[in-house]
Amino acid sequence: MATLTSAVDLKIPRPGGGGGVTEPPVRGGGDGDRGGSYPDYGGRLRRARVGLIAGLTSVTMIFVALTSAYIVRQGLPTYNEVTKTYVRDWMGVNLPVRLLLTNTFLLLLSTVTMELARRRITQRAALAPVASIPGVSLGDDREVPWLGITIVLGFGFLTGQWIAWRELAARGFYVATSPSSSFVYLLTATHAVHLAGGIMALLWAGSMSVLHRPVERRRIVVDVAGWYWHFMGLLWVYVFALLYFAR
Amino acid sequence: MVAQEAHGHGAPQGFIRKYVFSLDHKVIGIQYYFLALAAVFVGMFLSLLMRIHMIWPTAVLPLVGEIKPETYLSLLTMHGTIMVFFVLTTAPQSGFGNYFLPIQIGAPDMAFPVLNMLSFWTTFVAFIVMLAAFFVTGGAPLHGWTGYAPLSALPSAGPGEQLGADLWITSIAIFCIASLMGALNFITTTLDLRAKGMTLMRMPLTCWAWFITAILGLLAFGVLLSAGILLLLDRNLGTSFYVPLVVVNGQVLGHKGGSPLLWQHLFWFFGHPEVYIAILPGMGVASQLLSTFSRKPIFGYKAMVYAIMAIGILGFVVWGHHMFMSGMSPYSAFAFSIMTMCIGVPSAIKTFNWLGTLLHGRIRLHSPMLFAIGFVSLFVSGGLSGPFLAQPVLDIPLHDTYFVVGHFHLIMGVAAIFGIFAATYYWFPKMFGRMMNETLGKIHFFITLAGTYAIFMPMHYLGMAGQTRRYSQFTEVAYQAKLIPLQTFMTFAAFVTIAAQFIFVINLFWSMKKGPKAPDNPWEATTLEWTTATPPPHDNFGGHTPVVNHGPYEYSVPGATRDFILQTDPLTVHQK
Amino acid sequence: MGFALLAVIWLITLISTYFFIAKTWWLPLGASASAAFIDGQFTLTYVLMAIVFLGAQLALGYLVWKYRDGAAAKPVKYSHGNTTLEILWTALTAVLFIGLNLMGSRVWAHERFEPAASGAVPVEATGMQFAWYFRYPGTDGNYGVTNPTLIDPSAGNEAAIGLDSTDPAAKDDVVTGSMYLPVGRQVDLTLRAVDVIHSFFVPNFRFKQDAVPGLAIHMHFTPTQIGDYEIACAELCGLGHYKMHGMVHVVSQEDFDKWLAQREAEKQ
Repeated sequence: MATLTSAVDLKIPRPGGGGGVTEPPVRGGGDGDRGGSYPDYGGRLRRARVGLIAGLTSVTMIFVALTSAYIVRQGLPTYNEVTKTYVRDWMGVNLPVRLLLTNTFLLLLSTVTMELARRRITQRAALAPVASIPGVSLGDDREVPWLGITIVLGFGFLTGQWIAWRELAARGFYVATSPSSSFVYLLTATHAVHLAGGIMALLWAGSMSVLHRPVERRRIVVDVAGWYWHFMGLLWVYVFALLYFAR
Repeated sequence: MVAQEAHGHGAPQGFIRKYVFSLDHKVIGIQYYFLALAAVFVGMFLSLLMRIHMIWPTAVLPLVGEIKPETYLSLLTMHGTIMVFFVLTTAPQSGFGNYFLPIQIGAPDMAFPVLNMLSFWTTFVAFIVMLAAFFVTGGAPLHGWTGYAPLSALPSAGPGEQLGADLWITSIAIFCIASLMGALNFITTTLDLRAKGMTLMRMPLTCWAWFITAILGLLAFGVLLSAGILLLLDRNLGTSFYVPLVVVNGQVLGHKGGSPLLWQHLFWFFGHPEVYIAILPGMGVASQLLSTFSRKPIFGYKAMVYAIMAIGILGFVVWGHHMFMSGMSPYSAFAFSIMTMCIGVPSAIKTFNWLGTLLHGRIRLHSPMLFAIGFVSLFVSGGLSGPFLAQPVLDIPLHDTYFVVGHFHLIMGVAAIFGIFAATYYWFPKMFGRMMNETLGKIHFFITLAGTYAIFMPMHYLGMAGQTRRYSQFTEVAYQAKLIPLQTFMTFAAFVTIAAQFIFVINLFWSMKKGPKAPDNPWEATTLEWTTATPPPHDNFGGHTPVVNHGPYEYSVPGATRDFILQTDPLTVHQK
Repeated sequence: MGFALLAVIWLITLISTYFFIAKTWWLPLGASASAAFIDGQFTLTYVLMAIVFLGAQLALGYLVWKYRDGAAAKPVKYSHGNTTLEILWTALTAVLFIGLNLMGSRVWAHERFEPAASGAVPVEATGMQFAWYFRYPGTDGNYGVTNPTLIDPSAGNEAAIGLDSTDPAAKDDVVTGSMYLPVGRQVDLTLRAVDVIHSFFVPNFRFKQDAVPGLAIHMHFTPTQIGDYEIACAELCGLGHYKMHGMVHVVSQEDFDKWLAQREAEKQ
């Protein structure tokens, strides 16, 4: 059986917080359960990203299904027994466009802050081994809390959506008012639910920071949550465009 | 190929961490398997009651009492739902796939162990919610596992369509989420955790089957989830996605403009890939076992891989063949029917290749092999009724008759089940460290093979004669009453076959405790699970990482010292 | 063991095939114009599939017996397959399956792509939980208006489908619980449903079509033999699905005209 044994045996302080001595990452035929070897964060990140792509594929399929239902329903004629003809009964919804545009702005702004957070933690994770060398500082004392801002903006978006639903109701469009209004609530609510999931991931990343988990592990969570967040932003633009242009 | 990552957690201690909320894919695989085992006995019991009612509609049975027509339909609905979701989508993929995919590719666990544990418990919750439907006011829904609207969307359309139907939809929605979590895990594991030397084209066909099945699930379950959400909205919030203006029991309901066909399109867009999800792992197991027990490489490994992929891809463009009679455009019907005939081609290739594997082999007829051979026979029988149904003009007399029931039962209800049996007998020694009893296995096989043919082959005759499906009794239509003797024969065949399954269960549980101890490689097989200890240690390979040098089916290689080469054997003269 | 397996597989195969060939249970009498073609296409498919069925199952049984392991077994012939053979049988299967399908599509097109011929007998069949009602438009040739709010099955056939008696075109509509048709004439059938999906299935006509609420589906067929034929609902519609049964009476043109005239007279 071909195996590789670890040839190098340096003792360097464990990066990213936490005590103990470690060996540098062993590539190719790792050492299994033997304690103390540096975890393969690069591999974990890649794995997490592949998992994210798979997850986003299934979210996409949900919206593909809802979109096709929307398009089909829009074009579907209904049989009118009295006139014995097929008539189209699709009526547009009076969307609170300004409100929705404000929400869109908040969400797109949050994708910017999310990306800033993601890039910063990527840098910090890369520099983690260096940062633990005594006397070295990365100058990270007073930084803008991009992750926190993203979470606030995310909550802002959800609140804004809630306000938009109230406004829709005030205009007489409830869930069951008409086929088009049903779809407006359905599509926006489905997106909101998924965005809320994203906020929970960001909150978890934040809590990892408070609990002083290794920065490389936090980086993986923020990276995956970040790409998820960008996808949610694009998805929202798509949903809004669909509801607005394909009225 | 990936550097073998340090296994993230050591072996857990304590009963809860070891057996309840275990993160070990092997324990999770067994948990799924036992969930499916419980589900199959529930499903089988429901079908027993159904078969009794069909022949003796007025009988008053012990415990259950009299079965009314609506109760029959609830039994039918829950039988189909439980079998399709909690048995056929669970045992072959989540059960055996979870246990053996990581080991067969040389990984220490699944990519996301915590997600894996969550996906099992979510499935478990879905099952409980499904069973709860039996116990609420009105009972379980009566709209069939296919849940066509408006019947499934209108609480007043029948008993069981109130809370029972809401629970049914909710359970399926929860199941969708659990399946998506599992699919994500399987895909990431296959792409990212293969050991050194384990290229995609050296993976056992079981791994290919689990991988493609996971992709199908990833793409299909989201659509079912959406369909279910729309149905819940129609039922509870007064929307009209699926329901046009209808009058039920003299009452004009408040819906307007919805399309019952929308449900059918969404459901079957999921539903057709779903039946391939149910059968592909069984095909992978059949390939694995036919090769192992014939001591010959699988005939046409590459063709087998391409066939699985073709079945997967084509599976997404044939859903309309369930809707030829639905009022769908006849032009669409024509397009769907051509695609459906196309999907018969890769299935045929696989069958030819299985036969080609047996040819010139040295076949060892142990229990796992018997079930694999039975799988091929049943797949041929069930598959060949497909070309009838795929032609819209022949579907006219055959749609919604017992011909269809016979077709899908032979493939899903028997062939896929044989795949599960084959996998059980095959991998039991590795999972539990003991051998199952061979004699009991053979008896179980012969009775089940003959018995299931006796139940389901006659359904084709019934269908041709015009016996419609989902009828709780046949006394009201004269030409159907004439067919009751054949139905009676089938009921008695069902009694015998169901009884024979207890032989399997007794064998299973008794052998776990008292079976003779199993060697590490009792079948002299080549794939990675047979290179490690029995049962495998927590990280599957006892601290070292396997390195793969050979393809998965190197049996009877000319010039080799023995008739099988383990995938991890050192390079010799021969390398594939 | 090998021989037992061969025997069981062969027995199952031969017994199943016997009942197919003996037509012990078979398609019922075909009493419509399309039955001959449908039955012909059915027979062609069935013969081809039977050949494949027998070939595959008998081969399977034979192989597991002939190549069973044992003292006298020959050495294994190591092989990873044969690409030429793969291509060959893939192509043959594709030609067989797709060819078969294309052959059947001609009648499908005739049945479904084209509307009813002019001069066809108009009948509307409405399905509801759990009965069929049939409506003839009468001498004016127009179906009267129906209104869902007027539906009341307990008040007679017209009320069951919600016929609006204030509509002039409805005055001569005849609504019955049994379907009468004149032999040899094409029927222009309109299918409707009031509550859930039902399906109008007459095995003897080789005719089936779902009746979907919200749609009025037009279909046509031509009965060719005088007789009484049963209608079975072929889409699960609730607890009474098994007894949602009807009758089609195919009679001569004179008898049909007489019957219709009697029904019209009863309405006065």
